[in-house]
Amino acid sequence: MWIACAHRGNQIACARKMLTFAIQKLEYLELHLRLGYLDEQFCQVEDLQDEASLNFAEEVVTLFFKDFARLISNIEQALVKYPKDFNKWDAYMQQLKGSCSSIGASRMKSECMSFRDYRGQGNVEGCMKSFQKVKREHGALRQKLEAYFQLLRQAGPAGAATRPAM
Amino acid sequence: MALADATAFPYGLRVLVVDDDPTWLKILEKMLRKCSYEVTTCGLASVALQILRERRNKFDIVISDVNMPDMDGFKLLEHIGLEMDLPVIMMSIDGETSRVMKGVQHGACDYLLKPVRMKELRNIWQHVYRKKMHEVKEIEGNDSCDDLQIFRNGCEGLEERGLFMRADSDTMRKRKDVDKDHADQDSSDGATVKKARVVWSVDLHQKFVNAVNQIGFDKVGPKKILDLMNVPGLTRENVASHLQKYRLYLSRLQKQNEERIMGATRQDYSHKGPSDNLNLRNSFQEQPGNGANGFQHSSQKIQAQSNMLDPHLEDTKIVVPLKVPDKNGTPVSDVIDPQSVTSASPLGGVLSFERMPLNQDRKPSETMILECQSWSGSVPPKQFMQYPKHNHERCDLLGDYSCLPKPDLEHPITPGHLYAPPPLVSMSCSMEGDIRDFSDVKPDLLGCMKSLSPALTCTVDSISAQLSDSVVTSTNSDQKFSSVEGLSSGKDCHFDQARNQTPLLTSEEASTICGTDLACLPDDLSGYQLGLNGIDLFQCNDAMMLHGLQNNWYDDPELSSEIMEFPLLDGCLFA
Repeated sequence: MWIACAHRGNQIACARKMLTFAIQKLEYLELHLRLGYLDEQFCQVEDLQDEASLNFAEEVVTLFFKDFARLISNIEQALVKYPKDFNKWDAYMQQLKGSCSSIGASRMKSECMSFRDYRGQGNVEGCMKSFQKVKREHGALRQKLEAYFQLLRQAGPAGAATRPAM
Repeated sequence: MALADATAFPYGLRVLVVDDDPTWLKILEKMLRKCSYEVTTCGLASVALQILRERRNKFDIVISDVNMPDMDGFKLLEHIGLEMDLPVIMMSIDGETSRVMKGVQHGACDYLLKPVRMKELRNIWQHVYRKKMHEVKEIEGNDSCDDLQIFRNGCEGLEERGLFMRADSDTMRKRKDVDKDHADQDSSDGATVKKARVVWSVDLHQKFVNAVNQIGFDKVGPKKILDLMNVPGLTRENVASHLQKYRLYLSRLQKQNEERIMGATRQDYSHKGPSDNLNLRNSFQEQPGNGANGFQHSSQKIQAQSNMLDPHLEDTKIVVPLKVPDKNGTPVSDVIDPQSVTSASPLGGVLSFERMPLNQDRKPSETMILECQSWSGSVPPKQFMQYPKHNHERCDLLGDYSCLPKPDLEHPITPGHLYAPPPLVSMSCSMEGDIRDFSDVKPDLLGCMKSLSPALTCTVDSISAQLSDSVVTSTNSDQKFSSVEGLSSGKDCHFDQARNQTPLLTSEEASTICGTDLACLPDDLSGYQLGLNGIDLFQCNDAMMLHGLQNNWYDDPELSSEIMEFPLLDGCLFA
């Protein structure tokens, strides 16, 4: 009987832990959504996660950051090699914007859009500024997402199971 | 005849997703899998085309991004629509009306904006179903038993494939088995299980056009045409679908012509007729430096095409492709006389052709006019299937085209006027098939007015192929094609070429094309810079031609390696 009680106690403790974790995660995500780092698309991506792909969201995000490096380098090269070739810049920026939209990186996406606006005006300096901002936003987002996934991993299976409902 | 349970969700719908963004590709794949579809992903348009060509009947629908580095999404769209006749959905981060419009004009059955939601993907099956309904409708009203049989086969095909059946294990198994069986059948005879396809050879198409002209374009109807053509084995349904494509082609030509007319007075085209302008879908861009022909430099595609095809221009001795200095340095203009053997080497011819479309300075409008003309003219259609021996002397690529009315080729193609993303790529891709297929094209150049466009397409393709053989030093880092007959390098070459052309590209895609691989092209190919223009040209034609050609290629890989002359003529437009 004592053992049964202990077991029950463990169960409750576990449940509590899960709940706490779920709340933490929820809060974390909400924070980011409110701050505009991530939009609804990110939730959609997370929703795709299932038994067949337990780390789908993290995989996607990793892929995004990896590809981001490539896209950024394309733009950087274009800015140097083809100064004032707005069309080229724009094309690359569109690619980047498309990529940002995949995980819902909304702040990065807006910077991409302002880059395009500057490009439309022929404002080279504005373009450069926007570009730098995109990179900064990328850095910030990366930090937050890394922390987020770390949190998930620490929570273990309980964490994975308590994704906020969409 | 019932199409199984039409209210059941089409599980296992076979989707091909094409997107250069790896993140999106992963997400889309997951989403589609969750919709219970069968997904194949692809990061390059060129590879996608190859996959589709190799596995013709293994896909039900294609979803593709608009902005891709190796090929404009719209070009891919056209190719697929014409060659494989699959529904294509476009996707883009850019939702500007003009872009969406472009998608529609190129034949996209839907245009999704990124970020794409799963609920949007869940409904894509409707496009597949809709298309099948339209195909069936073509047969409806047909009093021929053959058509009914085709219809039945088509529906049975659908049922067997379990396209619209409930997803129970039995059905899935059955479908898999059936798919396997069909695979063999399909790949061998080139005809799908669903519909017996007729390859519209130059001869056949010529008969068709003759019949149309005889009846009168306004009063034309599939039954009348069928009767007049008097071709055994041809069904009303075949004619009806061909007529539909013909009408589309003519209306495009008309649009193109209207723009071209602006300055073109060179040719005295008697045949304007219904074939007015070949509107290759690109906005007509006036290019400076129009030649005496007054051909406006219009959107490349049409331009190039019409240049090639205009039979009326024969007299004008405009050698379309010939202008471009070919590899051997043979002046393009040498190859003009339809009857004469091209002086340029095949390679040169190949080069020329490529140049043709690309020649920005040329009067694309001329070409277009030719195109129109060709339509009204009578192109001696050749039974595609027969692969008649090609009169090689006359029909080498260069020669053939010389027969065709040539647009004003005096002006070398100048790079920098690239209109669209590399049509060359498209062409190249289409060339994947055996260029030898060209050989069966009837060398009757004079009659090949119509075929000009398709021929052009073919030529370009063969040229590409040729090019690849001889010139190909271009190493395409993106080379993804498992080269068929070694054409892949050619393709890459072209592709790069096209890419080089981007300077004037207005589309974003064009600008995204990196000229990184341009280096591969040899100097004398610099003229190909026009690529884009030409590419566009072939875009339309390509699809058409390719379709017909493609059939041939697939069906008859043993074709002699003679260069095809006008193989494209027939099938090009209405394959």
